[in-house]
Formats: sequence, C-alpha cells, structure tokens
Amino acid sequence: MLNVIGCILEPNSGQLTLNGEKVYDGRWLRQDLRRLRLEKIGFIFQSHNLLPFLNAWENVAIAHILAGSSTAKAKSRAAELLTYLQVERRMNAMPSQLSGGEAQRVAIARALANDPRIILADEPTAALDSQRAGIVIDMLRKVAAEHQAAVIVVTHDQKIYDRFDRIFSLRDGALETEASKAA
Amino acid sequence: MNLALKDINHNLGRFLLTCVGLSLLLCIVLAMVGIYRGLIVEALGLVRAAQAQVWVVEGGTRGPFAEASRLAGDTREAIAAQWGVAAAGSVAYQNVEALHRGQMKRLLVVGAEISRLGQAPALVEGRPILRSRYEAIADRGAGLAIGEKIKLGRDTFTVVGLTENLVGSGGDPVVFVTLRDAQRLQFAVEPAAARRDAARTPGAVASSDTVNAVLVRLLPHVDPKQFVQAVSRWKHLSALTHEEQETVLSRSVIERARRQIGLFTSLLLVVSTVIIGLIIYTMTLDKKKAIATLKLIGAPDSRIVGLIIQQALAMGVISYFVGLALIHSIYGYFPRRLVLEMPDAATLFGVVLLVCLLASALGVRVALKIDPATALAG
Repeated sequence: MLNVIGCILEPNSGQLTLNGEKVYDGRWLRQDLRRLRLEKIGFIFQSHNLLPFLNAWENVAIAHILAGSSTAKAKSRAAELLTYLQVERRMNAMPSQLSGGEAQRVAIARALANDPRIILADEPTAALDSQRAGIVIDMLRKVAAEHQAAVIVVTHDQKIYDRFDRIFSLRDGALETEASKAA
Repeated sequence: MNLALKDINHNLGRFLLTCVGLSLLLCIVLAMVGIYRGLIVEALGLVRAAQAQVWVVEGGTRGPFAEASRLAGDTREAIAAQWGVAAAGSVAYQNVEALHRGQMKRLLVVGAEISRLGQAPALVEGRPILRSRYEAIADRGAGLAIGEKIKLGRDTFTVVGLTENLVGSGGDPVVFVTLRDAQRLQFAVEPAAARRDAARTPGAVASSDTVNAVLVRLLPHVDPKQFVQAVSRWKHLSALTHEEQETVLSRSVIERARRQIGLFTSLLLVVSTVIIGLIIYTMTLDKKKAIATLKLIGAPDSRIVGLIIQQALAMGVISYFVGLALIHSIYGYFPRRLVLEMPDAATLFGVVLLVCLLASALGVRVALKIDPATALAG
C-alpha cells in the first residue's frame, strides 16, 4: 500500500489522488514521480534507513538539497528540524553512533525536510521499545498537527493503535474495517 | 554536498587500500612505457652520437645494427673522395664479454678512427683517445673508472674518458677504442689458430682491415638522399640516411620488444579495469539500501550515477598520481634505462580516466536497476 501511495508501484486498478491532485487514473498522470515524492511525500522507514556515510544533519539536509536548496540553507533547515525533534546535540553523529530512538527522530526530521503534505511511515516503532515507540508516535502526531501533514502509519503494533485518529485494517491486501476516534 | 566523497570518507581504509593496489599496477604500466621509451632512446643513442648524415654499409644489407655488414678498410678513402663529402670515418662494432672486478660484463666495443667521424661524443669525465693503441673511453654504465684497466680480447686497455647513457640496442654499455684495436679484437685470431691457418693455406694472408660501416657527413648544400642514391650505384655498397638508420633501429631491431611491452601494458590496463570494476561493483552492492533510500526520497538517477562514477574516477586519479610518484622515486634503480616522458604520462592519465568510466559501467547498471521499493522492505 505504501508503495502505491508513494508512487513507486502502479496500482492494479482505481485512482490515486494525493493532496487533491489526481496522479493515477489507469496510468500515471505525472511524468516526474520522483519530483512528486521529493516535494509532497516524506518517508519514515522501519529501520530508519539513514545513509550510513552521512552524519545526522547531512542525512536531513540531503532531502532539502535534492529539492534544490544550497548546502548552507539545507544545513540551517536540518538544524531547525533536529532542534524541533530534540536531537540537536547529535547533529554531527554518524548513524552508527545514534541510539534507535535518536536515529528514528533523525529519520523523521529527514521526512519533514521539504515540508511534505503526506508522511508515510512503515513500521516506525518496530525497532523501538514500547516507551520509545510511544515517544515517536507522539512526535508524529505533533508533526502532523504543526505541519498540517497527513501521517499514514503502517504497523502491526497494537499498543499504539489508540494514538491514531483513523485506523484501517487490511487483511490479504483488502480493506477489512475502518474505525475512527470520532466514531 | 558530494555524496561520493562522503562515502569514500566513510570507507576510507578500504578505498585507500584499493588505491594502493591499483597505484602499484599503474606504476608498472608507467614503468613498461618508460622501458619502451628507454629502449628507443638507448637504441638510437649510439646512432645519434655518431653525428653522421649517411651510413655506408655492405651492399644489400641494412647494417650495421640490424644486419651484419663488412666493408673493406679502404672504403672510407673511396667515400671521402666523393663529391659533397665533408667528413668520413670508419667504424667497427662488436659485442664482447670482459671480466671486471670478478664480474663478467657484456660490452659493445666501438672502434673509430682518431679525429674522424664515429668517435665518442661529449665526455662527462676524462679526455678523448689520443694514443693509437690500448686506450678506451667507457660509458659510466660499464662501472669503469678513469685510469682503470680492462682486458678486451687479448689486449688490456686503460680507461681515459667516460660517457653517460650510451649503450647499444641490447642495453650493453659502449666502450670506444681505436679502429685498429677494434679490428684486432674482431678479426685477429689466437696464435695457435693463426699457425693452423698458415699450415692449411701456405702463403695466404688473412686481412683484418675490415670495418662495419663508413659514416659520412656532407657539405651543407648536399642532399643526403641524393648522396645515398649515388653510393647505391656501387653494387658492393648500400647507404642509409640517418633517418633511415633510426627507422631501421626503432622498427626492426626493437620491434618485438615494442610489441611485447605493448601487449603487457594492455594486459595490465585490462587487469586495472577489472579491479576498478569489481571494487566499484562491490561498493555499489554495499550501498544498495542507501541507493534505494536515495531514490525513494527523490534523488534523480543522475545523482546516483554521479556518485558511482565520481568514486571510480577518484580511485583512478588517486591511484594514477600515487603510481606516478612511485615510479619517479624508483626509476633510477632499474637495470635498464627508463625514460618517463610527459606526453606518455598525460596519455596514460586519459586512458586511466577512460578505464574508470568503463569500469564503473557495471556499478552504474546495478545502481540504476535498484528498485526504490527495496528501501521499504525492512
């Protein structure tokens, strides 16, 4: 599902609309899906997927640089995001020197670098203990609220279900149930 | 932000180790090219040192280096009397082995007439040969010093002067003696053999007045090619211009060595390409997940391709300059002369860049095939 929403895989059928823009209707309607991902979608991975040869701020800045920013501007943006996520002290640390929670916060900062409207998170708490998992999810909720972004989290972790506004259950690739807090 | 440099810095140990290995290979490539140039310079050194415009040799031969050439000793007088000749000198060449300080040395003995063409060129030490017998001028490569004595054939010679970087096409250091001494060395037989010859053919007198070539310098207005044509009318003589003699040496005498070195150099470059290709390929495989992540977050293919090509080029450039520095620091220790020329080094640099581009093709192919979805695979 994340592959389809992330414009990586072509859906078997149906339409795909991202932030009000129809991007798939029997065929891709945008030529440059890479640019679409870069500007509108932020990705958070199960095992943070930080680039091992870049330090924390460079990992965040790379997304901004790829969007066309200068290194100086990207560094400033990275510092801002890392401070927001309270890992500014680890700005120059390499991924191998970061704890699981720190690495995941750096990954969240990277996902936010270009102010995306949609954040896709694939099992973001799988590698974390329950306390840190709670912190990360709270952080994602805060990010969603403050950046007006939709956060879509795919998870098997039932302990964090109650922290989401809408929960969709998928079984064998088909939507089984939908529940919302409002309901 | 240069991703290639960041990745190199991350794997610095492995990268530098590969560069060291590659630089040794490129050092050998440079050495091979240097040996080839050295072969040419050495082969042509003696021809150029003779300062002759025309080489008169035995009819039907391309002597005296490519083929044996024997002329009667009075040929010089006949040639010197021709119109347009400014100077002429007879020369004789012979390879000998001589015992020196307990070591057997192989030398190229050149016999030339005093004050005529073919004598030793500029000396770096000592004086020219002044006595008609038993004096020699040796190249420094022979390991002889001024005043030292060396036995060549049955005669002992005193070294009176030294030259530098003057060897034959086989790399043997040159020793100059007078023509008379060289003729005796080449043609005079042992007393026992002489007695036997005299007994077999009573009354026969074996002449040792034979030379290998006559060197000619012409008057300024005379065209060497016309002179060569004129000499060639004499059926028992052939003549080559200086340029033709150089061509004979560089194309015929050292042709096989040239091809051998060329083939070996090509093989080394192929090995270098394979090494760079494999290293870049494994480095790309190591980065599969990072590349998938980069693609997923929106990195264009050009950025990924740039990362791989820049690493391959960095590897090639660093290895090239380390190899260049290495060969410059050790080339003096080679037993034969190495000539490192700037155009050769520049050409090899271009070849290395091409090799790097070629070698990175496999890594680029792998990188372009990486599916961004693998970043989500966990």
